[in-house]
Amino acid sequence: MTALLIRGAALLGGAPADLRVRQGVIVDRGSLSAEAGERVIDAEGLVALPGLVDLHTHLREPGGEASETVLTGTRAAAAGGFTVVHAMANTTPVADTAGVVEQVHRLGQRAGYADVRPVGAVTVGLAGEQLAEIGAMARSAARVRVFSDDGHCVHDPLLMRRALEYVATFDGVVAQHAQEPRLTVGAQMNEGALSSELGLAGWPAVAEEAIIARDVLLAEHVGARLHICHLSTAGSVDIVRWAKARGIAVTAEVTPHHLLLTEELARSYDARFKVNPPLRRDEDVHALRAALADGTIDIVATDHAPHPVEAKECTWAEAAFGMVGLESALSVVQQAVVETGLLDWAAVARAMSTAPAAIGRVEGYDEPLAEGSPANLTLVDPAHRRSWAVSDLRGRSTNTPYTARELPGRIVTTVHRGVLTVDGGELLGPEAVIAAHQEVDHG
Amino acid sequence: MRHLLSTRDLERASAIRLLDVAEDMAQTADRAVRTLPALRDKTVVNLFFEDSTRTRLSFEAAAKRLSANVITFSAKGSSVSKGESLKDTAQTLLAMGADAIVVRHHDSGAAHRLANAGWIDAAIINAGDGTHEHPTQALLDAFTIRQRRFGADARGRGLDGVRVAIVGDILHSRVARSNVWLLHALGADVHLVAPRTLLPHGIDTWPVAVHEHLDEALALAPDAVMMLRIQSERMRDAFFPSAREYGREWGLTAERFAALGPDTMVMHPGPMNRGLEISSVAADSSGSTVLAQVTNGVFIRMAVLYLLVAGSGSDADPIGGQG
Repeated sequence: MTALLIRGAALLGGAPADLRVRQGVIVDRGSLSAEAGERVIDAEGLVALPGLVDLHTHLREPGGEASETVLTGTRAAAAGGFTVVHAMANTTPVADTAGVVEQVHRLGQRAGYADVRPVGAVTVGLAGEQLAEIGAMARSAARVRVFSDDGHCVHDPLLMRRALEYVATFDGVVAQHAQEPRLTVGAQMNEGALSSELGLAGWPAVAEEAIIARDVLLAEHVGARLHICHLSTAGSVDIVRWAKARGIAVTAEVTPHHLLLTEELARSYDARFKVNPPLRRDEDVHALRAALADGTIDIVATDHAPHPVEAKECTWAEAAFGMVGLESALSVVQQAVVETGLLDWAAVARAMSTAPAAIGRVEGYDEPLAEGSPANLTLVDPAHRRSWAVSDLRGRSTNTPYTARELPGRIVTTVHRGVLTVDGGELLGPEAVIAAHQEVDHG
Repeated sequence: MRHLLSTRDLERASAIRLLDVAEDMAQTADRAVRTLPALRDKTVVNLFFEDSTRTRLSFEAAAKRLSANVITFSAKGSSVSKGESLKDTAQTLLAMGADAIVVRHHDSGAAHRLANAGWIDAAIINAGDGTHEHPTQALLDAFTIRQRRFGADARGRGLDGVRVAIVGDILHSRVARSNVWLLHALGADVHLVAPRTLLPHGIDTWPVAVHEHLDEALALAPDAVMMLRIQSERMRDAFFPSAREYGREWGLTAERFAALGPDTMVMHPGPMNRGLEISSVAADSSGSTVLAQVTNGVFIRMAVLYLLVAGSGSDADPIGGQG
């Protein structure tokens, strides 16, 4: 069914209107009447948002298929309302060559649940020693524009300077995982009174802030753009705010979990709450929310990080860092910043679609839900409430920190390039999605 | 009380009860027949992921004195060192019918995890977890201070107004953490002494006074001075420049010891680095409680095992009548 009429959705949370989708494009918008052969979707009470764009996703393939694959990860993405994900480079082998990024890109195309934009490694093997073949990845079929050693900080200042300069040559951006490695040896959780009480090695805020401060100055000096991954402290917000006021081309992201959860959860020693950067204090959470509202932080990105059960069913120190986040992202954002009155839905659309697409140079997302735009959209029921459960997940891993937490909102429909991937709250099967894409492409 | 994971959540009344039961246990040591039947047919597993001969022997002695079956499971040379997870180890022990697990682990929170993850239904006793807590050590320290201070009149008392200085590597010490919470709950006046590099971040929120210089704390005439073991490899991580400088600034040297009041207790959880954090003259003095701490450790562990494992009758008198 490639002809859709979406009826009565509140577009970006505003006035209700109808949207008509034909051959992968939004062709009409307003008060429309149904036409023959058209699937009508009643969207009364639902908010229509552009397809969400995640700038920070770990799909684990190749090499980590026990945790996630491109297929399972993009299914989780669709279930969360995403139509684009940026697949981080820390796979095995590392995405540091044109061959790997093209493979990941192609797997995404084949699955059809979301566009997979591979992120290229900044340095060979994420080792922080020599630049990866950035030009080859940029010119490959995957058209890589975001480069990151995520999981590792590009900590050598000279190498970071060169990376900023070289990546700018290809209109790309370096996405920095800001973590001074010497200040975080063995670090387990936010450093403060609580880490001292729990006897878990501290990850001090200064280890993030020192790198951000250095890198905004480097970006200014060489005139390149810089993106900061998963910013997590109030001090980082102050530095980015200062840098933007100075005109430095820096963008910043925050994860949903850093907008909602605090370090107090580490008291349980339950490793589902172990993440890097760590959950911080309540005052950090509030500073991050305010920064997202005033534009200091540009985007929300999930840092979806699947891990097998055994990587979390162990002691805190033995456990892997990270949480899955694609399915829950919009619900958490709704709870943290929409229901608290800080962001309206139009601002959510900007932070989770328009702005990340612009940073990643993803086309077709600059005019959300406009006539003539590619039909990438999602319909959310903001009135829905549920107690979050592992059964709400659609990826391969279950390391969600939200189990048994009441979360608002539900993705009812997701449309990717004119194809329904979520319909009536249910994720469609792989064959149906592939068949629908063929119909759009050739119909 | 179901488990003993930390002293942080131990209330004053529960702590005093534990110390009093330990007093009862101490009295049995003088009897002709020292073994009590309290834990007959119960199985106590000592699960040691980290070497600690002293603590392991103390728990073993305590469990045997209560007639428990004791199984000791050391990580070295076992499946644990071959990558078996804490969860699998716990479930193996469950299958063996463990009533209590005494766990020593190099990771903070390991005992907490065993108690709360739903892997096993047994009483968990934390015998030291990473840099978090070592509650039975703090209990035996409090017991030792109380007994020295109040003698036969110790029963039922807290440590109100007793001044205790804890000196050394507070940052990495589970002994210090457990002592801070327990001594505070018992009403003691707790002072911590260390160079700033060895003080935990955020310590200003703890219920203690903090001193960066030992002489400043000793000038307050503490009733007990507890010296913590310093690991000399810390100097490689720039916590202090040299063992010599550490000893000079924060060690209980012969000179500092000589200046202490005659009744001041000199405590050390062992093993000691003589000549580094503590001088031999201090360690071997009449004020030293080092050996009493070892003896009392057995009584405290008997009390803990008794209260956690003896079952619903654990409010009953453990030894059938006072004395």
